[in-house]
Amino acid sequence: MNKWEDNKAWFLVLPVFIVVAFSAIIPLMTVVNYSVQDIFGPGQRYFVGVEWFKEVLNDSRLHDALWRQFLFSGLVLLIEMPLGIGIALLMPKKGWGVSASLVTIALPLLIPWNVIGTIWIIFTRPDIGLFGAAINSAGIAFDHTASPLHAWITLMFMEVWHWTPLVALLAYAGLMAIPEAYYQAARIDGASAWATFRYIQLPKMRGVLTIALLLRFMDSFLIYAEPFVLTGGGPGNSTTFLSIYLVKVAVGQFDLGPAAAFSLIYFLIVLLFSWLFYQALQNVGKGEER
Amino acid sequence: MDLEWMAWTPPTAIFFITIALILLAMGIWEIISPTIERRGILPLSTTRGDRLFIGLLGSGYIAIAWMGLTDWNLYLSLPVYVSFIGLVMRFG
Amino acid sequence: MNRNHVKTGLLILYFILLMLPIYWMLNMSLRTNADILGGFALYPKHPTLENYIKILTEPAWYSGYINSMIYVSMNTAISLLTALPAAYAFSRYRFIGDKHVFFWLLTNRMAPAAVFLLPFFQLYSTFNLIDTHIAVALAHCLFNVPLAVWILEGFMSGIPREIDETAYLDGYTFPRFFITIFIPLIRAGVGVTAFFCFMFSWVELLFARTLTTTEAKPIAATMTRTVSASGLDWGLLAAAGILTIVPGALVIWFVRNHLAKGFALGRV
Repeated sequence: MNKWEDNKAWFLVLPVFIVVAFSAIIPLMTVVNYSVQDIFGPGQRYFVGVEWFKEVLNDSRLHDALWRQFLFSGLVLLIEMPLGIGIALLMPKKGWGVSASLVTIALPLLIPWNVIGTIWIIFTRPDIGLFGAAINSAGIAFDHTASPLHAWITLMFMEVWHWTPLVALLAYAGLMAIPEAYYQAARIDGASAWATFRYIQLPKMRGVLTIALLLRFMDSFLIYAEPFVLTGGGPGNSTTFLSIYLVKVAVGQFDLGPAAAFSLIYFLIVLLFSWLFYQALQNVGKGEER
Repeated sequence: MDLEWMAWTPPTAIFFITIALILLAMGIWEIISPTIERRGILPLSTTRGDRLFIGLLGSGYIAIAWMGLTDWNLYLSLPVYVSFIGLVMRFG
Repeated sequence: MNRNHVKTGLLILYFILLMLPIYWMLNMSLRTNADILGGFALYPKHPTLENYIKILTEPAWYSGYINSMIYVSMNTAISLLTALPAAYAFSRYRFIGDKHVFFWLLTNRMAPAAVFLLPFFQLYSTFNLIDTHIAVALAHCLFNVPLAVWILEGFMSGIPREIDETAYLDGYTFPRFFITIFIPLIRAGVGVTAFFCFMFSWVELLFARTLTTTEAKPIAATMTRTVSASGLDWGLLAAAGILTIVPGALVIWFVRNHLAKGFALGRV
């Protein structure tokens, strides 16, 4: 669709711009200012240049947290995207089942994030939790507070349980937008279920899957509340993701300078990846329209 | 209104003013002669604004590498950013 | 036919797995702490509402609820009101920096919330907004407004531009056209957007907890505080958790038809 060219459209964007800029630009500037200073308290600060950046960049705990974070986000995307698409394909297309499925599937998304952690603490405790007790009675000593592997498994279960519904909902929205005529054409051609999926459904879901992929990447990369409540970053440092480490530095040790430098680097990483995803998926779309 | 908590320093102030001026200049340039999307050495078609963004983001990463890998003064890297952004703007 | 049965079966299996952790918390919430620690049980053998009564009769608990509801509604309203015109601009016009502003808006979802907390706290203190509902509502706009613009833009782009052109030819002014013709056309989209704004504002806690002390404290924060103060009372914790799910469940129930319709239009 060709758009009208008119710079007066800026007036329509202005309210959004002001609301977001107020909460985005001023704090961002402040964080940049903090990152080059040593701050003891109100009015007590002195300029240290890029000292904190150097310290943070050479911090091996940060490197560990970064790889852990990439592993976590990668696993999340690898599991949740196919699973979410699969569930969307299973969902009914009409009748009362639609509302029922939507309501059921959206429920985990509406639970406050720290409550998610609480649910899973209760659910996986070996003494009172169904999950923990079931696995223990199968003869495996399961304890996510002692074994890093078990902590990771529990976290992945929680994450997949919590967020796959979002991918499924978005994928379902994409599926519903495909006109019936496409399916009829496919049936006439005698296309297999796989061919229908590969050449009709998947390309048509591209837009919503972009949103799903971006949202899942950003949110899993910034994950904080759920693992904080469930494992507190432990055992040891095995589930200390970037945000958890960041809060430890910023709030726990009150090292504002290093924390600010840290978060700027963190922000740059997320920015690069989100931009790459955004570009890649936009260009795929352009190729198809031509 | 007390803004002491923002903890401004001259270098960061200059940094933000420079960014603001660049954006302003880009806006004016856009009004005088609108950009045409084109494809350069980068594997995607870009407008002038896109190339500026790539230049700035790339400079951010160069700065991180500079600070993380070397002990040289960060100010010495200024020409690198300028030439990098220039190259991306011209050929990207 | 057979394949459909398999599909339904798989879906039901998934729903059961999905509900299991929530069921388990419900189970815990209906038992006293002594009962929970006393023995493992798949269902409450002596169900009691004791935990719920405790929560619903103590002002410290239920005021948290009201606070959350107030700032979430404020946030949803602000997000929708500002995002509607902006989304229209993005879907209909080309203007200087449009693509970049759009991407910039999205980047605000990517900033690590953790370190922005302190500047946020000081920014809102400067404007004397700490411990007010509007502070939390505004803070949540940071990630909800971009999302709202993004979703609404998708819905609006699905409406052919001829409708706008016809209306302008008929002498409609922009505000009148927008409110009386255009918004009703994307009603489902507005419903879906409101749902997502509600959802992200309701579940967020880091900002909500930092920007409030007593007057506007959210329920989920009240929960962690009270529970940690009184030791670990699993029953009470579970009951509070269940209660935080209820408003969300109600909202989905009310917008379920909108959601289904919005999804049918294919843009979320």
